[in-house]
Amino acid sequence: MTQIGSAYIERYPEWQNGLPGRNLAWLSELRADAFARFAERGFPTRKTEAWKYTNLAPLAKDVFAPQTAASGKMPATVPAHIPDLGTAHRIVFVNGRAESDGSTHNALPKGVRLMTLGEALKEAPDLIADHLATDNKPEEPAFLDMNTALMTEGAVLTIEPGVELEAPVHLFFLTTDAAARSAMHLRNLIMAGKGSAATVFESYLGTGKAEYWTNVVTEIRVEEKARLHHHKLQSEGEAAYHIAMTLTKIEDHATYDSFAMSLGGSLARNEIRALLDGSGIDCRLNGINLARQRPHLDTTTTIDHAKPGSTCNETYKSVVGDHAETVFQGKIIVRPDAQKTAAHQLNRNLLLSDEAQANTKPELRIHADDVQCSHGATVSELDEQALFYLRSRGLSENAARSLLTEAFVTEMLDDIENISIREALRHAMADWLAGLSGTGGQA
Amino acid sequence: MPNLLEIQNLHVTVEDKEILRGLTLTVPAGEAHAVMGPNGSGKSTLAHVLAGRPGYEVTKGDIRFRGKNLLEMAPEVRAREGVFLGLQYPVEIPGVSNMYFLKAALNALRTHRGEQELDAVEFLKIAREKATLLEIDENLLQRGVNVGFSGGEKKRNEIFQMALLDPTLAVLDETDSGLDIDALKVVANGINALRSPERAILMITHYQRLLEYIVPDKVHVLSDGQIVETGGKELALELEKTGYATFEKKRAPDVAASAPAQSA
Ligand SMILES: Nc1ncnc2c1ncn2[C@@H]1O[C@H](COP(=O)(O)OP(=O)(O)OP(=O)(O)O)[C@@H](O)[C@H]1O
Ligand SMILES: [Mg+2]
Repeated sequence: MTQIGSAYIERYPEWQNGLPGRNLAWLSELRADAFARFAERGFPTRKTEAWKYTNLAPLAKDVFAPQTAASGKMPATVPAHIPDLGTAHRIVFVNGRAESDGSTHNALPKGVRLMTLGEALKEAPDLIADHLATDNKPEEPAFLDMNTALMTEGAVLTIEPGVELEAPVHLFFLTTDAAARSAMHLRNLIMAGKGSAATVFESYLGTGKAEYWTNVVTEIRVEEKARLHHHKLQSEGEAAYHIAMTLTKIEDHATYDSFAMSLGGSLARNEIRALLDGSGIDCRLNGINLARQRPHLDTTTTIDHAKPGSTCNETYKSVVGDHAETVFQGKIIVRPDAQKTAAHQLNRNLLLSDEAQANTKPELRIHADDVQCSHGATVSELDEQALFYLRSRGLSENAARSLLTEAFVTEMLDDIENISIREALRHAMADWLAGLSGTGGQA
Repeated sequence: MPNLLEIQNLHVTVEDKEILRGLTLTVPAGEAHAVMGPNGSGKSTLAHVLAGRPGYEVTKGDIRFRGKNLLEMAPEVRAREGVFLGLQYPVEIPGVSNMYFLKAALNALRTHRGEQELDAVEFLKIAREKATLLEIDENLLQRGVNVGFSGGEKKRNEIFQMALLDPTLAVLDETDSGLDIDALKVVANGINALRSPERAILMITHYQRLLEYIVPDKVHVLSDGQIVETGGKELALELEKTGYATFEKKRAPDVAASAPAQSA
């Protein structure tokens, strides 16, 4: 047990009072059990295989109290920061608290519910009870347990069988310096019923320079033949910690298409566990880490093929500049029953400076014999010949580097079907690239 | 005519190997010169050094372009000052659209010259004009830079870029190789369109055929890192018959003095 772990234990009783759903006995029990598990193990260290490349010491050096203030008000300047997704249904959280002013989820079609976790615990506690902390568990559950014990808010989206939602649903989490030194333990639940279709965009934005911690768990269920496009933009404040875990359970003939772009925070982990609990599943996990200056961005995925005949393709890319560091850990499990599985993994990293570092670790655990699996990892620098070619036509070294860097990642966005989300991500990427100028440049 | 390009006693080392060993060459404004020479003699090295490609160490000598010290300029500055290199092996750049790249390039040049940047519509108009001149399919221009281009298409794209950027000095490294007969004519027309009293062209080639379309004012023979012979257009014909053997022996030990100097 680390010292910090014990500080959390000391203060837990005090924090409990501010948590939602205290009247629900099952929830109190769930929270207590989860906290007990966390208390026993504490924060993972680099000796834990799943955290081999990410040192949590900076996060664990201090206690972040859960953000339980009554309401985070939407700052006047915020709307400019919200990616404009046109007709999207939007639910907004400011500093971990629901903010109805910015939310625009009134006109949802029949069969679709979008609530805050607080609302859901009041209005539909059974729904939460059924879907919280299900059997799709990560190998190292410390942050999931802490989240279950301390979750204060989040978005709950349910789509009834057969309902096809046209406009995307935008879950928007904004953090300002008012949340300095506190933790937002957010829990999102997304339930896509049989044959339904939806696009969900999760975005996390920090506007200040303060240290804060977002600890988010998103639990997803994609039922038979449902299609869920799930996109995420992580653009937290520069001193922020962002620990995110997405636990997705996918059933027969369903599609789960995930894309995450991560470019904020000082230490960020985007962990996805996809349980392919059916046949004929089309699962796609893709993402980009954009790291410059000094952040540490970690993408960790586990794809668990439990049944025969499903496909999962994943491609993650990182661009790493300055003194930044990225991690990709990709585990693929093919259980003995999961014959005829197709699993393809690719991780490509572009280093923009000598000090930049990219760690990559594929891990295949194939227990079936009739499978198609491949994996590949590359770490490269900008192509000198291409750089010279562009400069020889008049582009400055910075412009040439930026153009080639963009070329390395930009085609990843082409597969995002929703235009407004694609453009929002392209915009975020362009801003990031514009901030690159000077990286490694000498001319 | 003033000399547009003056190369004096140029020594260039690549990875500790001396490739150019005292090369002297001048090209006056208004002229087209050809450089011929055996494989590995240093022709592409010369072209790359003129364009400022990193990795080539100039250990001795001097290059002046319109009187300015070219060696002090970054590659992009040379381009903006009016130097263009048509590469022997154009680079494929997946993910960078030809049109986007060329608009950025042209606007960088225009800004350098104190001219207004072109917007997308204005650029497209000029690009279409030049593409028509060089009989380039517009679809090619929408693709990634040189991605999936045939050998000949890549060379034609180089000349298209040249036409667009309108350089003062065009250094063309084996632009003719890989072109079919019809394409060669089209490309030669494109190059001839650039000829004017203010400009100069330095063509590196192995074949007399290109020189039938673009008649050179001078032909230089580059052998083992030096210019060993300079003559008129008939020199190319002679080379076609005899090969380089006779010229290879001709090299004098004292480099600077032996190089056939142009009158300034
Ligand atoms: N990067 C490099 N590293 C090592 N040697 C090099 C490099 N670049 C060029 N050389 C060598 O320099 C010499 C001259 O090469 P260069 O490409 O200039 O020849 P060239 O005259 O253009 O030949 P060709 O007619 O075949 O195009 C060759 O021996 C080549 O192997
Ligand atoms: Mg050559």
